[in-house]
Amino acid sequence: MKRLLPILVCAALAAPPAMAGEHYPPVTDRLTLKECGDCHMAFQPSMLPARSWRALMVGLDDHFGENASLDPETARHIEAYLVANAGDVSRSRGFFSWRSGKMLRFLSDSETPLRISDLRCWKRMHDELPRGAFSRANVRSKANCVACHKRAAQGDYEED
Amino acid sequence: MITSTRNALLLSALAAVCLGAAPATAEPATLDAYARQAQAEDPSFGGFSAQRGETLFRARFASGKAETPACVTCHGDDPRMAGRTRAGKAIEPMALSVSPNRYGDIAKTEKWFRRNCDSVLGRACTAREKGDFIAFMTTQ
Ligand code: HEC
Ligand code: HEC
Ligand code: HEC
Repeated sequence: MKRLLPILVCAALAAPPAMAGEHYPPVTDRLTLKECGDCHMAFQPSMLPARSWRALMVGLDDHFGENASLDPETARHIEAYLVANAGDVSRSRGFFSWRSGKMLRFLSDSETPLRISDLRCWKRMHDELPRGAFSRANVRSKANCVACHKRAAQGDYEED
Repeated sequence: MITSTRNALLLSALAAVCLGAAPATAEPATLDAYARQAQAEDPSFGGFSAQRGETLFRARFASGKAETPACVTCHGDDPRMAGRTRAGKAIEPMALSVSPNRYGDIAKTEKWFRRNCDSVLGRACTAREKGDFIAFMTTQ
Protein backbone atom coordinates (compact mmCIF):
# COMPACT_ATOMS: atom_id res chain seq x y z
CA MET A 1 0.00 0.00 0.00
CA LYS A 2 2.81 2.35 0.88
CA ARG A 3 4.17 1.61 -2.56
CA LEU A 4 0.88 2.15 -4.31
CA LEU A 5 0.01 5.45 -2.73
CA PRO A 6 2.18 7.79 -4.77
CA ILE A 7 1.15 6.03 -7.93
CA LEU A 8 -2.51 6.52 -7.09
CA VAL A 9 -1.93 10.17 -6.34
CA CYS A 10 -0.03 10.70 -9.53
CA ALA A 11 -2.14 8.65 -11.84
CA ALA A 12 -5.60 7.46 -11.00
CA LEU A 13 -6.94 10.66 -9.48
CA ALA A 14 -5.73 12.79 -12.31
CA ALA A 15 -7.85 11.09 -14.92
CA PRO A 16 -11.50 10.12 -15.07
CA PRO A 17 -12.08 6.62 -13.68
CA ALA A 18 -12.56 5.15 -17.13
CA MET A 19 -9.06 6.27 -18.05
CA ALA A 20 -7.36 5.23 -14.84
CA GLY A 21 -5.12 2.62 -16.46
CA GLU A 22 -1.54 3.73 -17.03
CA HIS A 23 -2.06 4.38 -20.71
CA TYR A 24 -0.59 7.25 -22.67
CA PRO A 25 -1.73 7.58 -26.29
CA PRO A 26 1.17 6.26 -28.41
CA VAL A 27 2.91 8.37 -31.02
CA THR A 28 1.09 8.07 -34.32
CA ASP A 29 2.97 10.64 -36.38
CA ARG A 30 5.30 8.86 -38.79
CA LEU A 31 8.02 11.52 -38.84
CA THR A 32 8.06 11.83 -35.06
CA LEU A 33 8.35 8.06 -34.69
CA LYS A 34 11.23 7.98 -37.13
CA GLU A 35 13.19 11.06 -36.10
CA CYS A 36 12.65 10.88 -32.34
CA GLY A 37 12.97 7.11 -32.13
CA ASP A 38 16.55 6.42 -33.24
CA CYS A 39 18.36 7.03 -29.95
CA HIS A 40 15.54 6.15 -27.56
CA MET A 41 11.87 5.32 -28.02
CA ALA A 42 9.72 8.21 -29.25
CA PHE A 43 8.24 9.44 -25.97
CA GLN A 44 4.48 10.02 -25.71
CA PRO A 45 3.70 13.72 -26.15
CA SER A 46 1.21 13.72 -23.25
CA MET A 47 4.04 13.16 -20.80
CA LEU A 48 5.29 16.74 -21.05
CA PRO A 49 3.60 20.14 -21.35
CA ALA A 50 3.68 22.05 -24.65
CA ARG A 51 6.29 24.51 -23.36
CA SER A 52 8.69 21.62 -22.66
CA TRP A 53 8.36 20.26 -26.20
CA ARG A 54 9.01 23.75 -27.59
CA ALA A 55 12.11 24.10 -25.43
CA LEU A 56 13.38 20.66 -26.47
CA MET A 57 12.86 21.43 -30.14
CA VAL A 58 14.88 24.67 -30.09
CA GLY A 59 17.74 22.90 -28.33
CA LEU A 60 18.27 19.91 -30.65
CA ASP A 61 21.82 21.06 -31.51
CA ASP A 62 22.83 20.19 -27.99
CA HIS A 63 20.26 17.63 -26.91
CA PHE A 64 21.49 16.21 -23.59
CA GLY A 65 25.04 16.36 -24.84
CA GLU A 66 24.39 15.23 -28.42
CA ASN A 67 23.65 16.86 -31.71
CA ALA A 68 20.15 15.66 -32.66
CA SER A 69 19.40 18.48 -35.10
CA LEU A 70 16.88 18.19 -37.91
CA ASP A 71 16.19 20.17 -41.04
CA PRO A 72 13.86 23.10 -40.23
CA GLU A 73 10.86 21.71 -42.09
CA THR A 74 10.95 18.35 -40.32
CA ALA A 75 11.52 20.07 -36.98
CA ARG A 76 8.48 22.32 -37.49
CA HIS A 77 6.27 19.37 -38.34
CA ILE A 78 7.38 17.38 -35.28
CA GLU A 79 7.06 20.32 -32.92
CA ALA A 80 3.52 21.00 -34.14
CA TYR A 81 2.59 17.36 -33.51
CA LEU A 82 4.15 17.22 -30.04
CA VAL A 83 2.61 20.53 -28.98
CA ALA A 84 -0.86 19.60 -30.25
CA ASN A 85 -0.76 16.38 -28.22
CA ALA A 86 1.06 17.71 -25.16
CA GLY A 87 -0.10 16.81 -21.67
CA ASP A 88 -1.46 20.27 -20.84
CA VAL A 89 -3.57 20.66 -23.95
CA SER A 90 -7.31 20.40 -23.41
CA ARG A 91 -8.82 17.24 -24.71
CA SER A 92 -12.13 15.54 -24.52
CA ARG A 93 -13.00 11.97 -25.01
CA GLY A 94 -16.62 10.89 -24.85
CA PHE A 95 -18.21 13.03 -22.16
CA PHE A 96 -15.01 13.26 -20.16
CA SER A 97 -12.66 16.10 -20.63
CA TRP A 98 -9.58 17.00 -18.68
CA ARG A 99 -6.72 19.39 -18.99
CA SER A 100 -3.74 17.71 -17.50
CA GLY A 101 -1.81 14.64 -18.46
CA LYS A 102 -1.43 12.30 -15.51
CA MET A 103 2.32 12.75 -15.47
CA LEU A 104 1.96 16.48 -15.06
CA ARG A 105 0.32 16.52 -11.66
CA PHE A 106 2.21 18.75 -9.22
CA LEU A 107 3.98 20.56 -12.04
CA SER A 108 3.80 24.31 -11.59
CA ASP A 109 3.36 26.68 -14.52
CA SER A 110 6.75 28.24 -13.85
CA GLU A 111 8.61 24.98 -14.52
CA THR A 112 9.69 23.80 -17.96
CA PRO A 113 11.11 20.32 -17.42
CA LEU A 114 13.16 18.90 -20.30
CA ARG A 115 12.98 15.39 -18.95
CA ILE A 116 10.00 13.19 -18.16
CA SER A 117 12.25 11.56 -15.60
CA ASP A 118 12.55 14.92 -13.80
CA LEU A 119 8.79 15.19 -13.22
CA ARG A 120 7.66 14.80 -9.63
CA CYS A 121 5.14 12.16 -10.64
CA TRP A 122 7.72 10.16 -12.55
CA LYS A 123 10.03 10.26 -9.56
CA ARG A 124 7.29 9.11 -7.20
CA MET A 125 6.40 6.25 -9.50
CA HIS A 126 10.02 5.13 -9.45
CA ASP A 127 11.21 5.99 -5.97
CA GLU A 128 10.95 2.42 -4.72
CA LEU A 129 13.40 1.06 -7.23
CA PRO A 130 16.65 -0.24 -5.80
CA ARG A 131 19.69 1.98 -5.99
CA GLY A 132 21.53 1.47 -9.26
CA ALA A 133 18.46 0.11 -11.09
CA PHE A 134 18.88 2.69 -13.86
CA SER A 135 22.58 2.14 -14.37
CA ARG A 136 22.38 -1.64 -14.78
CA ALA A 137 24.03 -2.73 -18.02
CA ASN A 138 20.76 -3.69 -19.70
CA VAL A 139 19.08 -0.41 -18.72
CA ARG A 140 21.80 2.23 -18.71
CA SER A 141 19.50 5.26 -18.50
CA LYS A 142 16.23 6.46 -16.96
CA ALA A 143 15.21 7.34 -20.50
CA ASN A 144 15.32 3.65 -21.47
CA CYS A 145 11.66 3.09 -20.55
CA VAL A 146 11.38 0.00 -22.78
CA ALA A 147 14.05 -1.82 -20.78
CA CYS A 148 11.56 -2.15 -17.91
CA HIS A 149 8.20 -1.47 -19.57
CA LYS A 150 7.99 -3.88 -22.50
CA ARG A 151 4.96 -2.14 -23.99
CA ALA A 152 6.15 1.41 -23.39
CA ALA A 153 6.10 2.23 -27.09
CA GLN A 154 2.39 1.40 -27.09
CA GLY A 155 1.91 3.78 -24.19
CA ASP A 156 1.30 0.96 -21.75
CA TYR A 157 3.25 1.17 -18.49
CA GLU A 158 1.30 -1.21 -16.30
CA GLU A 159 3.24 -3.68 -14.26
CA ASP A 160 4.57 -6.48 -16.45
CA MET B 1 48.15 12.89 -58.40
CA ILE B 2 46.03 12.56 -61.47
CA THR B 3 46.97 8.93 -61.90
CA SER B 4 46.13 8.06 -58.32
CA THR B 5 42.75 9.72 -58.73
CA ARG B 6 42.24 7.78 -61.90
CA ASN B 7 43.23 4.64 -60.04
CA ALA B 8 40.70 5.43 -57.35
CA LEU B 9 38.00 5.95 -59.96
CA LEU B 10 39.00 2.77 -61.67
CA LEU B 11 38.86 0.92 -58.40
CA SER B 12 35.40 2.19 -57.62
CA ALA B 13 34.32 1.28 -61.14
CA LEU B 14 35.70 -2.21 -60.56
CA ALA B 15 33.88 -2.42 -57.26
CA ALA B 16 30.71 -1.37 -59.03
CA VAL B 17 31.22 -4.17 -61.53
CA CYS B 18 31.53 -6.63 -58.66
CA LEU B 19 28.19 -5.40 -57.36
CA GLY B 20 26.25 -8.04 -59.25
CA ALA B 21 28.43 -10.84 -57.97
CA ALA B 22 28.51 -9.99 -54.28
CA PRO B 23 25.61 -7.78 -53.26
CA ALA B 24 26.36 -8.09 -49.55
CA THR B 25 29.63 -6.18 -49.84
CA ALA B 26 28.74 -4.03 -52.81
CA GLU B 27 30.15 -0.54 -52.76
CA PRO B 28 27.58 1.79 -51.23
CA ALA B 29 26.19 4.45 -53.55
CA THR B 30 27.22 7.26 -51.23
CA LEU B 31 30.93 6.48 -51.71
CA ASP B 32 30.81 7.75 -55.28
CA ALA B 33 29.25 11.02 -54.25
CA TYR B 34 31.82 11.49 -51.49
CA ALA B 35 34.67 10.75 -53.92
CA ARG B 36 33.49 13.53 -56.22
CA GLN B 37 33.11 15.89 -53.29
CA ALA B 38 36.51 15.00 -51.85
CA GLN B 39 38.09 15.68 -55.22
CA ALA B 40 36.43 19.10 -55.31
CA GLU B 41 37.46 19.93 -51.73
CA ASP B 42 41.06 18.87 -52.29
CA PRO B 43 42.55 18.44 -55.78
CA SER B 44 45.31 16.24 -54.32
CA PHE B 45 42.74 13.71 -53.06
CA GLY B 46 44.11 10.28 -53.87
CA GLY B 47 41.27 7.93 -53.01
CA PHE B 48 39.78 6.71 -49.76
CA SER B 49 41.64 4.71 -47.16
CA ALA B 50 40.01 2.07 -45.01
CA GLN B 51 42.93 2.40 -42.62
CA ARG B 52 42.34 6.11 -42.07
CA GLY B 53 38.67 5.26 -41.66
CA GLU B 54 39.49 2.82 -38.90
CA THR B 55 41.62 5.44 -37.15
CA LEU B 56 38.70 7.90 -37.27
CA PHE B 57 36.35 5.22 -35.98
CA ARG B 58 38.54 4.40 -32.95
CA ALA B 59 40.16 7.74 -32.09
CA ARG B 60 39.18 9.71 -28.98
CA PHE B 61 38.64 13.41 -29.44
CA ALA B 62 38.66 16.17 -26.86
CA SER B 63 37.23 18.70 -29.33
CA GLY B 64 33.60 17.52 -29.26
CA LYS B 65 31.00 17.09 -26.56
CA ALA B 66 32.22 15.55 -23.32
CA GLU B 67 29.57 12.80 -23.40
CA THR B 68 30.70 11.50 -26.79
CA PRO B 69 34.50 11.29 -27.09
CA ALA B 70 34.54 8.71 -29.92
CA CYS B 71 32.50 6.95 -32.58
CA VAL B 72 33.01 3.74 -30.63
CA THR B 73 31.28 5.31 -27.61
CA CYS B 74 28.00 4.38 -29.26
CA HIS B 75 28.93 2.08 -32.14
CA GLY B 76 31.12 -0.18 -29.99
CA ASP B 77 34.63 -1.49 -30.69
CA ASP B 78 33.54 -4.20 -33.12
CA PRO B 79 31.80 -2.87 -36.26
CA ARG B 80 30.22 -6.29 -36.80
CA MET B 81 28.44 -6.14 -33.47
CA ALA B 82 25.51 -3.98 -32.44
CA GLY B 83 26.25 -0.73 -30.63
CA ARG B 84 24.24 1.08 -28.03
CA THR B 85 23.06 4.69 -27.63
CA ARG B 86 23.56 6.57 -24.39
CA ALA B 87 19.87 6.02 -23.71
CA GLY B 88 20.41 2.26 -24.00
CA LYS B 89 18.84 1.59 -27.40
CA ALA B 90 20.58 -0.93 -29.68
CA ILE B 91 22.26 0.38 -32.85
CA GLU B 92 22.57 -2.05 -35.76
CA PRO B 93 26.16 -2.99 -36.64
CA MET B 94 28.03 -0.54 -38.87
CA ALA B 95 29.88 -3.17 -40.94
CA LEU B 96 28.39 -3.40 -44.40
CA SER B 97 28.70 -7.19 -44.44
CA VAL B 98 26.33 -7.44 -41.48
CA SER B 99 24.11 -4.43 -42.27
CA PRO B 100 23.95 -4.34 -46.09
CA ASN B 101 21.38 -1.54 -46.10
CA ARG B 102 23.79 0.99 -44.67
CA TYR B 103 25.32 3.94 -46.54
CA GLY B 104 22.92 3.59 -49.47
CA ASP B 105 20.63 6.47 -48.57
CA ILE B 106 22.61 9.68 -48.89
CA ALA B 107 20.08 11.76 -46.91
CA LYS B 108 20.24 9.38 -43.97
CA THR B 109 24.01 8.94 -44.09
CA GLU B 110 24.56 12.69 -44.33
CA LYS B 111 22.20 13.41 -41.46
CA TRP B 112 24.17 11.15 -39.14
CA PHE B 113 27.59 12.33 -40.24
CA ARG B 114 26.41 15.90 -39.64
CA ARG B 115 25.20 15.07 -36.13
CA ASN B 116 27.82 12.59 -35.02
CA CYS B 117 30.88 14.41 -36.34
CA ASP B 118 29.68 17.53 -34.52
CA SER B 119 29.07 15.58 -31.29
CA VAL B 120 32.39 13.72 -31.41
CA LEU B 121 34.84 16.03 -33.23
CA GLY B 122 33.13 19.34 -32.60
CA ARG B 123 33.14 20.08 -36.33
CA ALA B 124 31.84 18.74 -39.63
CA CYS B 125 33.67 15.81 -41.20
CA THR B 126 35.27 16.35 -44.59
CA ALA B 127 34.10 14.34 -47.58
CA ARG B 128 37.38 12.43 -47.37
CA GLU B 129 36.78 11.48 -43.74
CA LYS B 130 33.26 10.31 -44.57
CA GLY B 131 34.51 8.24 -47.49
CA ASP B 132 37.35 6.78 -45.40
CA PHE B 133 34.84 5.77 -42.74
CA ILE B 134 32.56 4.04 -45.24
CA ALA B 135 35.56 2.45 -46.97
CA PHE B 136 36.56 0.94 -43.63
CA MET B 137 33.03 -0.34 -43.01
CA THR B 138 32.99 -1.86 -46.48
CA THR B 139 36.00 -4.01 -45.54
CA GLN B 140 34.43 -5.19 -42.29
C1 HEC C 1 21.01 11.58 -31.63
C2 HEC C 1 20.27 10.88 -30.62
C3 HEC C 1 18.92 11.45 -30.22
C4 HEC C 1 17.86 11.79 -31.02
C5 HEC C 1 17.77 11.71 -32.54
C6 HEC C 1 16.82 12.26 -30.14
N1 HEC C 1 17.22 12.17 -28.83
FE1 HEC C 1 16.14 12.64 -27.20
N2 HEC C 1 17.67 12.06 -26.00
C7 HEC C 1 18.91 11.66 -26.43
C8 HEC C 1 19.77 11.45 -25.29
C9 HEC C 1 21.24 11.02 -25.34
C10 HEC C 1 19.00 11.72 -24.15
C11 HEC C 1 19.44 11.64 -22.69
C12 HEC C 1 19.46 10.23 -22.21
C13 HEC C 1 20.04 10.11 -20.84
O1 HEC C 1 20.22 11.10 -20.16
O2 HEC C 1 20.28 8.98 -20.42
C14 HEC C 1 17.67 12.10 -24.63
C15 HEC C 1 16.60 12.41 -23.81
C16 HEC C 1 15.38 12.87 -24.24
C17 HEC C 1 14.29 13.24 -23.36
C18 HEC C 1 14.28 13.14 -21.85
C19 HEC C 1 14.14 11.70 -21.39
C20 HEC C 1 13.98 11.60 -19.89
O3 HEC C 1 14.98 11.38 -19.19
O4 HEC C 1 12.86 11.78 -19.41
C21 HEC C 1 13.26 13.68 -24.17
C22 HEC C 1 11.91 14.17 -23.71
C23 HEC C 1 13.73 13.59 -25.54
N3 HEC C 1 15.01 13.08 -25.54
C24 HEC C 1 12.98 13.97 -26.65
C25 HEC C 1 13.41 13.82 -27.96
C26 HEC C 1 12.64 14.25 -29.11
C27 HEC C 1 11.30 14.96 -29.07
C28 HEC C 1 13.37 13.90 -30.23
C29 HEC C 1 13.02 14.12 -31.68
C30 HEC C 1 12.90 15.50 -32.10
C31 HEC C 1 14.60 13.27 -29.75
N4 HEC C 1 14.58 13.25 -28.39
C32 HEC C 1 15.59 12.75 -30.58
C33 HEC C 1 19.29 11.47 -27.75
C34 HEC C 1 18.50 11.70 -28.85
C1 HEC D 1 14.78 0.40 -14.24
C2 HEC D 1 13.45 0.10 -14.72
C3 HEC D 1 12.54 1.24 -15.15
C4 HEC D 1 12.78 2.22 -16.09
C5 HEC D 1 14.04 2.44 -16.91
C6 HEC D 1 11.56 3.01 -16.20
N1 HEC D 1 10.62 2.51 -15.33
FE1 HEC D 1 8.72 3.18 -15.11
N2 HEC D 1 8.42 1.88 -13.58
C7 HEC D 1 9.30 0.92 -13.17
C8 HEC D 1 8.74 0.21 -12.03
C9 HEC D 1 9.40 -0.94 -11.30
C10 HEC D 1 7.49 0.82 -11.77
C11 HEC D 1 6.50 0.48 -10.66
C12 HEC D 1 5.82 -0.81 -10.92
C13 HEC D 1 4.80 -0.68 -11.97
O1 HEC D 1 3.73 -0.16 -11.68
O2 HEC D 1 5.06 -1.10 -13.12
C14 HEC D 1 7.31 1.85 -12.78
C15 HEC D 1 6.17 2.62 -12.91
C16 HEC D 1 5.91 3.48 -13.97
C17 HEC D 1 4.64 4.10 -14.25
C18 HEC D 1 3.37 3.91 -13.44
C19 HEC D 1 2.77 2.58 -13.84
C20 HEC D 1 1.52 2.22 -13.08
O3 HEC D 1 0.89 1.24 -13.48
O4 HEC D 1 1.21 2.86 -12.10
C21 HEC D 1 4.79 4.85 -15.38
C22 HEC D 1 3.71 5.64 -16.10
C23 HEC D 1 6.16 4.70 -15.80
N3 HEC D 1 6.80 3.86 -14.94
C24 HEC D 1 6.71 5.33 -16.89
C25 HEC D 1 8.05 5.26 -17.24
C26 HEC D 1 8.65 6.03 -18.31
C27 HEC D 1 7.91 7.02 -19.19
C28 HEC D 1 9.96 5.69 -18.35
C29 HEC D 1 11.04 6.24 -19.27
C30 HEC D 1 11.15 7.69 -19.36
C31 HEC D 1 10.18 4.68 -17.31
N4 HEC D 1 9.00 4.46 -16.67
C32 HEC D 1 11.40 4.06 -17.07
C33 HEC D 1 10.53 0.66 -13.72
C34 HEC D 1 11.18 1.44 -14.66
C1 HEC E 1 25.97 9.31 -29.30
C2 HEC E 1 25.98 8.07 -30.00
C3 HEC E 1 26.73 8.02 -31.33
C4 HEC E 1 28.03 8.40 -31.57
C5 HEC E 1 29.05 8.94 -30.58
C6 HEC E 1 28.26 8.16 -32.96
N1 HEC E 1 27.14 7.66 -33.55
FE1 HEC E 1 26.91 7.23 -35.52
N2 HEC E 1 24.94 6.74 -35.18
C7 HEC E 1 24.33 6.75 -33.95
C8 HEC E 1 22.93 6.41 -34.11
C9 HEC E 1 21.90 6.30 -33.01
C10 HEC E 1 22.73 6.20 -35.49
C11 HEC E 1 21.41 5.89 -36.22
C12 HEC E 1 20.88 4.55 -35.96
C13 HEC E 1 21.10 3.60 -37.09
O1 HEC E 1 21.34 4.02 -38.21
O2 HEC E 1 21.05 2.40 -36.81
C14 HEC E 1 24.02 6.42 -36.12
C15 HEC E 1 24.24 6.31 -37.49
C16 HEC E 1 25.42 6.63 -38.12
C17 HEC E 1 25.60 6.63 -39.55
C18 HEC E 1 24.53 6.31 -40.60
C19 HEC E 1 24.85 5.02 -41.31
C20 HEC E 1 23.88 4.70 -42.41
O3 HEC E 1 23.10 3.75 -42.24
O4 HEC E 1 23.87 5.39 -43.42
C21 HEC E 1 26.88 7.00 -39.78
C22 HEC E 1 27.56 7.18 -41.14
C23 HEC E 1 27.51 7.22 -38.50
N3 HEC E 1 26.60 6.97 -37.50
C24 HEC E 1 28.83 7.59 -38.33
C25 HEC E 1 29.40 7.93 -37.10
C26 HEC E 1 30.74 8.45 -36.96
C27 HEC E 1 31.72 8.69 -38.10
C28 HEC E 1 30.94 8.68 -35.63
C29 HEC E 1 32.16 9.25 -34.95
C30 HEC E 1 32.72 10.47 -35.51
C31 HEC E 1 29.69 8.31 -34.96
N4 HEC E 1 28.79 7.85 -35.88
C32 HEC E 1 29.47 8.43 -33.60
C33 HEC E 1 24.90 7.06 -32.75
C34 HEC E 1 26.19 7.54 -32.58
